[in-house]
Amino acid sequence: MTQFTRRKFIQLVGAGSATAALSACSTSPSVHTGRYGRKVVIIGGGPGGATAAKYLKRFGHDIDVTLIEPKATYHTCFGSNWVLGGLAQMSDIAQTYGALQDRYGIRVIADTATGIDTTNNTVTLASGETVSFEKLVVSPGISMRWDSAEGYSAEVAETRMPHAWQAGPQTKLLRRQLEAMPNGGTFIIVAPGNPFRCPPGPYERASMAAHYFKRFKPRSKVLILDNKEAFSKQGLFMAGWKELYGDMIEWVPSSEGGQVERVDAQKMTVYSDGGFNEFKGDVINFIPRQQAGAIARYTGLTNDTGWCPVNQQTFASSTHEHVYVIGDASIAGAMPKSGHSANTQGKLVAAAIVRALDGDDPVAPSLTNTCYSLLAPDYGITVAAVYRFSDGSIKGVQGAGGVSPADASREFRTQEANYARGWYAAITSDSWG
Amino acid sequence: MTFTRRIPVMAAIVFGGMFISSQAAAEASRSAVLASTCFACHGTDGKSPGSIPSIAGYPAEIMEMQLRTFRDGTRASTVMDRHARGYTDEEIRMISAYLSKLN
Repeated sequence: MTQFTRRKFIQLVGAGSATAALSACSTSPSVHTGRYGRKVVIIGGGPGGATAAKYLKRFGHDIDVTLIEPKATYHTCFGSNWVLGGLAQMSDIAQTYGALQDRYGIRVIADTATGIDTTNNTVTLASGETVSFEKLVVSPGISMRWDSAEGYSAEVAETRMPHAWQAGPQTKLLRRQLEAMPNGGTFIIVAPGNPFRCPPGPYERASMAAHYFKRFKPRSKVLILDNKEAFSKQGLFMAGWKELYGDMIEWVPSSEGGQVERVDAQKMTVYSDGGFNEFKGDVINFIPRQQAGAIARYTGLTNDTGWCPVNQQTFASSTHEHVYVIGDASIAGAMPKSGHSANTQGKLVAAAIVRALDGDDPVAPSLTNTCYSLLAPDYGITVAAVYRFSDGSIKGVQGAGGVSPADASREFRTQEANYARGWYAAITSDSWG
Repeated sequence: MTFTRRIPVMAAIVFGGMFISSQAAAEASRSAVLASTCFACHGTDGKSPGSIPSIAGYPAEIMEMQLRTFRDGTRASTVMDRHARGYTDEEIRMISAYLSKLN
């Protein structure tokens, strides 16, 4: 692989012309920097990284963009609950990188980033190769905290108690377990405390499981053991559950025994309140606490929360110059950790980088989020927000956003369910297409 | 803001052959960033691949009126009222003007 860095280019063209270019830059940097084949590297091909790659090409045509992602096929976490409920197949949530390569000229490297050298501005890959950058976007998503409960581990997740909080083999494993569960069985979802990826996700999952059980295993139960006292769109979920599924779904907050502290994978039992409460499940979906993806932690981009502090106007890392962190891994003020947040942050960081390379001031951030959840194939709800940057952090615009109306008609819920599928089609094509 | 926006235009006149770069810089504009937030649901460049309506190429005054009526609640919607309330008149004008140029 040829490393065509800016420094080499200056050597190639000779000192004379480089000096001429630099002196012209002093009057108008935006005109000149483009000629050097400015290199931006992106680590992570989820909705954040893919969107950043695409919009770097859209906002700045002369940027050399490289995307590093080990998976040839990326399964979106959003939509994976629909697979669990039997509404969609794995192929429906599979995304690939062909369009980013062919339509936008983005170089995609199928490898894992293992290190970042901020002195020489290079990324090291598992293969041993290095890739140089002028600006680096890190969009690594989440990694699991295997110490979330005593007895819990990566091995437990891969065998008995899948988290299914990164889509792919984990989704398939949990789906197989639900299919194998007897009628009359108990499906336990252990939901983490805040913050975590996809705040409405555990509750949409409970809904999708109930939808499946209602049709095929109607005597079954869904028990949510929650490590918190309240959850996203709670009023809408609980009203919808009653309407659609009667008493099939039960939610236990942390103060009433929901705070799981220990798991026993052999006995398929989880324990709370110092062992005072125990819950036996036929299928147990333990969703652990989370932190930024591994590369962010190994390279010092995280703080003691396990997430990455950034300048919330540009998503520039607070710790590393020329490095930006977006998506679930970043600390983004009031924004939830969602695929939609990652997509909108990918666009903002693309604009911020193009403007920084051009010597322009950052643009005023405008960010949005819409989280669609399906309670049934024809029953959808949303939470939405518009965000701005003020006083050093991202805040929701007062008076905007909020959840679907509590008193909406079934027609309204059906329309939002249709739009949930439309949202999936749009956001995936906006990110990868 | 006016200052930074004018610079590339002036430069484009002086260094005519490098116009493409200044066009690129112009595309990372406030309007482009504002409008791009719509594309997550309505599709890139406002062309929807699914059940959510496309928004590309509407005359600016019609899009402006739609966003304003979503915002004040006189036009029924599922989620657009909640989004439209997040934008000022000026921002609605910028978004509508940008979307009107897409086709």
